[in-house]
This record gives sequence, C-alpha cells and structure tokens, in this order.
Amino acid sequence: MFSSRQKAEVHIEKQASWLKYPHKLNLYDQPPLEDITVEEFESCAIDRLRVLAEIESSFARNRPFDELKTITLAQCEKYLPMASNTAITVDRDAQRWKDVVGHFVLRLAFCRSEELRRRFVKAELTLFRVRYDNCSPSEIKDFLESRDFGWTQVDGAEKTKYFTQLRALSIQKAAPQQKAPPTDVEHLEEFHKVRWTRVPDLVERRKVFLQGGWAYVPAREQASIVFQEFQSRLENSLEMTAKALPRLDEDTRLIPILENLSQGFLAGVPSEWSAPEGSGEEIRADMIDELSRKHFPMCMRNLHDNLRRDHHLKHFGRLQYGLFLKTLGLSIEEALLFWRRSFSGYTDDQFNKNYKYNIRHSYGLEGRRANYPGKSCQQILTSDQPGSNDSHGCPYRHFSPDNLQTALLSMYASQGLTTADLPEIITTVKAGHYHVACTRVFEITHAMQGVKKGEGIGGGESVTHPNQYTTTSRQIERALVESVKMEVDGDVHMET
Amino acid sequence: MEPSSPEVMLAFYRRLYPFKSIFRWLNHEHAPTRLFTNREIAFTLQSDVYLRYNSFITAEEFKKQTCNLNPTRFEIGPVYTARPRDKKTVRPAAFTPVQRELVFDIDMTDYDSIRTCCQGADICKHCWGFIGAAVHVLDAALRDQFGYKHLLWVYSGRRGIHLWVSDQEAMGLTDEQRRSVVNYLTVVQGGKEQHKKVNVRVGTRDLPPSVQAALEPLVDIFSDLILADQDCFKSDDGWEELLKLIPDATIAKELRKKWLAEEDRSSQEKWDDLKEAVKEHTDKKTPERAKMKAALEDIILQYTYPRMDAEVSKHRNHLLKAPFCVHPKTGRVCVPIDPAQIDKFDPERVPTVGKLLRELDAATAESGTEEHSDWEKTSLKPYVDMLDKHAAGLMDEVRRGKLATDMTW
Repeated sequence: MFSSRQKAEVHIEKQASWLKYPHKLNLYDQPPLEDITVEEFESCAIDRLRVLAEIESSFARNRPFDELKTITLAQCEKYLPMASNTAITVDRDAQRWKDVVGHFVLRLAFCRSEELRRRFVKAELTLFRVRYDNCSPSEIKDFLESRDFGWTQVDGAEKTKYFTQLRALSIQKAAPQQKAPPTDVEHLEEFHKVRWTRVPDLVERRKVFLQGGWAYVPAREQASIVFQEFQSRLENSLEMTAKALPRLDEDTRLIPILENLSQGFLAGVPSEWSAPEGSGEEIRADMIDELSRKHFPMCMRNLHDNLRRDHHLKHFGRLQYGLFLKTLGLSIEEALLFWRRSFSGYTDDQFNKNYKYNIRHSYGLEGRRANYPGKSCQQILTSDQPGSNDSHGCPYRHFSPDNLQTALLSMYASQGLTTADLPEIITTVKAGHYHVACTRVFEITHAMQGVKKGEGIGGGESVTHPNQYTTTSRQIERALVESVKMEVDGDVHMET
Repeated sequence: MEPSSPEVMLAFYRRLYPFKSIFRWLNHEHAPTRLFTNREIAFTLQSDVYLRYNSFITAEEFKKQTCNLNPTRFEIGPVYTARPRDKKTVRPAAFTPVQRELVFDIDMTDYDSIRTCCQGADICKHCWGFIGAAVHVLDAALRDQFGYKHLLWVYSGRRGIHLWVSDQEAMGLTDEQRRSVVNYLTVVQGGKEQHKKVNVRVGTRDLPPSVQAALEPLVDIFSDLILADQDCFKSDDGWEELLKLIPDATIAKELRKKWLAEEDRSSQEKWDDLKEAVKEHTDKKTPERAKMKAALEDIILQYTYPRMDAEVSKHRNHLLKAPFCVHPKTGRVCVPIDPAQIDKFDPERVPTVGKLLRELDAATAESGTEEHSDWEKTSLKPYVDMLDKHAAGLMDEVRRGKLATDMTW
C-alpha cells in the first residue's frame, strides 16, 4: 500500500521523464543546441563562475568537505538554483538549461591552458559531488539507472567465491560495537565490478577487492565510479574543445567575453565581496584613522601615515592600501569619500580625472570588471617591488633595519612595544622571516588583550594577509568588550 | 683491467649487447612503431655527461649510436607524443609522455635496518632472500590482483631488482593511476624514528584482502629468512626492536627479563617465547588475543613485505636503467631473472662483462670469425633467450589483438 504522499511522488517522477532534463545531475554530454542571446551566454556563465570561484576559495582556505558543501549550496541557491523533481511548481527545465549553458560556456573559457583546465575540472567535479551528496536516494537511483556506467553487478556465485575477501571490505567501516559482520552471502552488500583503472582512488586506499584487474566496488563507494566518470569525460571534452577553439576566432562577439571569464578565474575572484566572517560590519571613511592606530599591520599603518603626511600616495601604494580597505569592508561610496578627503591638495576636477577611475576600477566597476581581492603578504613581498619614492611594500622587508626600528617604536610604542623587543624582531627580519616578525609584533601589541607569545593570530598561525591581521585584531577587541559587558550584566543579574 | 673500461664496453656493445631483443621487447612488433621510435633513451657517457632525449628508428641505428657514444650505461624512458630527438623543434605542449611500462625498483638499502649480514652497497646470498620475498609478493599481486601477464624481472647489477610490466593497460596508465598502484602495494612505511612501520588496518580488524593474500607466503619466508638465516633477533638491538612492536607492556617486560638473563637464545627461540607468552597472557577469542595476533602479523609484514622505491613507479617519465647494461662498479650484466627461480638466483654468479668477453675470445679463436649475435657463444645466451621469449609473448598478444580487430569486418 502506498501512502498518498508516496503515490504523489511516483506520479511526479513519471512526470519528470517529460522534462528535457529529467535529472538534477548531469554529465554534460549533450551541449545545448538552442539559440541563445549574447546576454544569456554571458550571464549564465558568470553565475556559474561565482559558484565555482567560491569552491576554489574554499580549497584555498582548507575548508573540510562538509563546510564546503554548506557554503557551495548556499551559493548555488543564490546564483544557480536547482529544484528537485518533486518541485512541480518550479520551471525545472529552465533552471537546468541555465546550468547546462553555463557549464558549456565555461568549457570554452577554460579549455585554453593546462592550468585552467585542471582548475576547472577540480571545481566542476566538486560542484558535482556536492550536488550528488545533496540528492535524495531515489534521485540518485534514477540518475544511475538513466545511463550505462559500464559496471557489472557481482552475482551470487562470485560473491560466494570471494566471500571472505568481500566480507573483509564490508566490515571495514562498521564500528566494532555495531552489528556483527555478515555471516553469509545473502547479507553481503551489493558489489559492482569495473576495471580498476576507473577507480584509482579506491584502489589506493584499499577500499576495493582486486582480482584480475577488476575492482569489486562495495555499494557505499559506488559514487566514486560516477565521480571518476564525470572527471575523465570532462577532461577529454576539454581537450577536444581546446582543439576546436581556434575555429571560433571568427566570432568577435564571444571572444572578449570568454577572455574576461578566464581572466576572472585566474585572478581567483569573481565571487562578490562579502565581509569576512565575524566582522559583519561596514567601516566608514571617518573610522579609518582610529582603526589604523589600533589594528593595522605595519605595511598599512605606514601607508596611512604617509597618506596623512603627504596628502598623496603613488599608484601601487593606492592599490595596496585601497584593496586592503575594500577587503576590510569600506564601500565604494565611502572609499571615494575617503580618498577625496585624503587628497586634500587637489581640486575636484583633478581628483575625478586622475584618481576616481582607478578607485572604481579596483572595485570592479570599470574596465574588465574584475573584483580584485586584497593583496596577500606573498604578493606584497614579491610583486611590484617599491621604487625609491614609493611607500608600499612590506616594511619588514623593504625598510632598512635602522628605519624599521625607529618606525616600529613610533607606531607601536603606545601598544606596548619597547626597545627590549627590537633585537628579536630585527634578528627574525635578517633571517628573511618577515611574516614571523610581523606576527611577533602582533603578539607584543596584543599582549595586553591576553595574546601570548607563540599564539600568533590564533592557534599559532602566522600572518599571511594584512586583512587577516586586522580582522583578528578587531575580533579580539570585540570579544573583550563583549566579555566585559557580560560581566557587568552578570553582576546586575546576581543582585536582583 | 677496470671492470668497465671504455675498450671493454665498446667490445660489449659491438659484439654482445642484444639490441634486437631489446628492440622487440620495447616495440611489441617486428616493424618499428611509435613504441620504439618515440621512446626516450638517455645515455650516461664515460665522462659522466648525461645525454637525454635520444631516440631511434631501428635497432641498427640504436646500436650504431650506442657504439659511437660508448656510454657506461643507458636508461629507458617513456614513449612521447613526438620523437624525443625532435624535442627542440616541437611545441612543448605537443611533447608529453603517453606510454610507459609500469616499473618497480627494489633496492637492498631499504632493508639496511633489518638485514644483519651486509650493509650499504654489499650484497650476498643471504640478503638476496629479502629480494626473493619481495619478488614472490609483487609478482603474485600484479598477476592475480591486477591481472598483468607480461612481467620482466631484471637484476639491477648490484643489490636490487627492477620489474617492467608491459601489458597494454599497464603501458597506458596515467601518473595518478601509477601512484594508486604503488600506494596500494606499499605496506611498510615510516622513517627511522617510527618503530611500527606497518599500519594498514582499520582499527584492529583483519588485514585488507590484498595484504592478507601476501601474508600467507611471508609466514614461511619469515621463519626461514628472518628467524633462521638472518637471525634478526639475536643481538640486543635486534630483539629490543622486536619488543617495541609488542603492544602489551606486560608481555614485553616479561620477555625482556627472560632474554636479558639468557643471552644466547636464537631468534627462533625468541619468536617461540613470544608466541608462548601470548598464549599464556591472553585467552582465546578475546579482543586482547586478536590484538596480539594482529601485532604478530604486522611484525611478519614489517620484516618481509617488499620495500619499494615508490618514486620510480609513480611517474611515466622516470628513467630506468635498461636490461643488459653493465653495472659500472661490479661489471655485472643486468640480466633478466625468472621469478620462479628467484630463490636459486645468486647475484655473485651473474656473468660479468670481463668473463663474457673471455668466453667470446675462446669461442672465436676456434671458429676464427667475428659475427653478429655473438652472445650465443657465451653464458649470456640463456638470459637473452629469456628476454626473447618474453618479447615473443608480447608480440603474440599484439598479433592476436590485430587479428581480432580484423575479424570484426
């Protein structure tokens, strides 16, 4: 007997077969053949790119898969929603069509170099995994049955023959106190047989039984075969696309779009800026003076002081400082205000003509509209070395030792840095460990807030990004304020 | 005379080295294919200059160039998308490795921490037992589990052994797949500072099926090689190392006391003591007994399971010394070995280049002529025959494969 809900589902699933794209999951073996507008061509791709860029940045931050999954699904919800077949009120075909178009446009954009292909495959595969993980068992079953994955189910005779070996795999996962391992063939889980070369990751981890080059894959690892299939198909298609791409050169409308898309991915960007977790507030132009004294790493503090003194910064200085402020949460309006006020010696006309475009450009509002991230320590240390009149770069690296000592004292003496701390910092700098020196300064200047030597910016981590320095510093301050508040509240509570 | 002076080497290449057989083995067919023409050969010259990216169209050209350069040895690399000799003229993207035998390298140095007879570069009949154990396990695993048939084992000339797998599928493996094979087959892991080097179980459960399969032959080898031949637990250091692998502190303490008191107990006796102590201290079918049983199995694996040089196998473009080259230090020829006869193999009885040339001189003195394939008159013959037979098997398979595709018409 079916309950009415189950009946409805059966009905819907039948209906789903009328859809052009009957499954949420797709191996993308059929390119879309319909006419599409150039706008759609671009917008589908950009939306998908936002999702993929988020996946890439999750890798860069070493997020565990579960966290990555949550974030990716949230991003998908925003830019690339995909309803399951049970959502009959939604135009599922339109959603899935957008998914397919986006995928194929990005293939064109990312097939052109080995490096781009590798990154694209990795991001796409992760997206596929996230979606696969998020599908209901019945959706997965339908999807798996919809096509031939080239596996054979292991029959009873073979199961009997290799019973001990297969059983040894079956019990690997179950915790010891859980139900006893299966004692007869009947209770053994399902196994599928494929050539071992299709599941190298499972072979490597000894999750399969190997016999004569065939891998016996237990049901719970079946997804691996699908992922492998997805990956190898995509790799092959990308290479084919790369070979066919030169013939597309005639189309002058598409090439610039594709060019832009792949550039965006290379810069590690196009996810829209969102404030780093935990800060959650925008900053305003008039807050920057105070923030710089309390929370900025030396490189930014130095740029700020220079800007105040000279009412001007040279190009790379503006770039380094401007992107830092943007990443800190300074909106474009506030940024224009901040820079306008800081460049007090210039007329409105001069400012608008010479600087405004640049500022808007760094916010992704001009030119190729890339949303540049704040520069990391590595970039600051290695690229665009400062010339003789420049004030950007990393003071620990680009200052002479004497100047460094003077500057350290004048900037951070009020926060607890003394001459006694200098020899240690200078030794570290001389050994070339600039980020260690910076981290040590962070520890010294936050000692009053309870940061101990060796803790770095939390858990022993050292500074790798100026924004990380500032964000952590602000977090520490906020936590302190809140704990004080709590204490006060607690006292009041006790008295009543 | 030096075992491998330039004059000796030149005579060896001109009269003895089986270029034809090597060609057939690499090429899988009689007519030259990309498997040979796009294959990298790297020469090490007498002056220690390393010449990479050589390639040849025919076996004759290969021989001619080898005699011209007269290298101390040469290595075989992958099959590329273009001819390696044209490397400078093709786009870098159009020059990538595509095929390569799956190769393994086992070297005695990885066993230095457990062998008691020799150290470093030395090798003797005794320590060859470790290589023998490795060959048994690897040969069986690759044939049974991976289903490969065309395995060529080659003595490396001094203290190790190479394996070349030439099956179609094995030739085409990607680097990623090669890495999986190696990691799948690697059981003994960890450096000097890690005592327990076998950690392949999930918790305390049974060994994975592949390792279980390897364990069975190793139990006997352990008793012959480790307990009897090498007597690994005889010395204080030896048995201390063993006790570190025992998870039960009471048992370890008791044994330490006993072995300190009776200094001259042999390894066999100590192993029996250990098994006795396990029986005494743990009851049948308890988790404690299972834990100790697992520990003993892991010890057997740690002392006998193959220790491979993993890096050699992981990348298609790794170069490996060609069979029948002469080891410059020992003068021995890198001859193929029949895995079934591995236990009878004695590295000290492998023909040296000097010996072969003397045999040749004796033989030509009789007939008075100098001919091609002079190796037939020397003790190199059985080894070349072995390679020829191996190559014939490969060529047979290619021929049958072609026939099958023709039948589809």
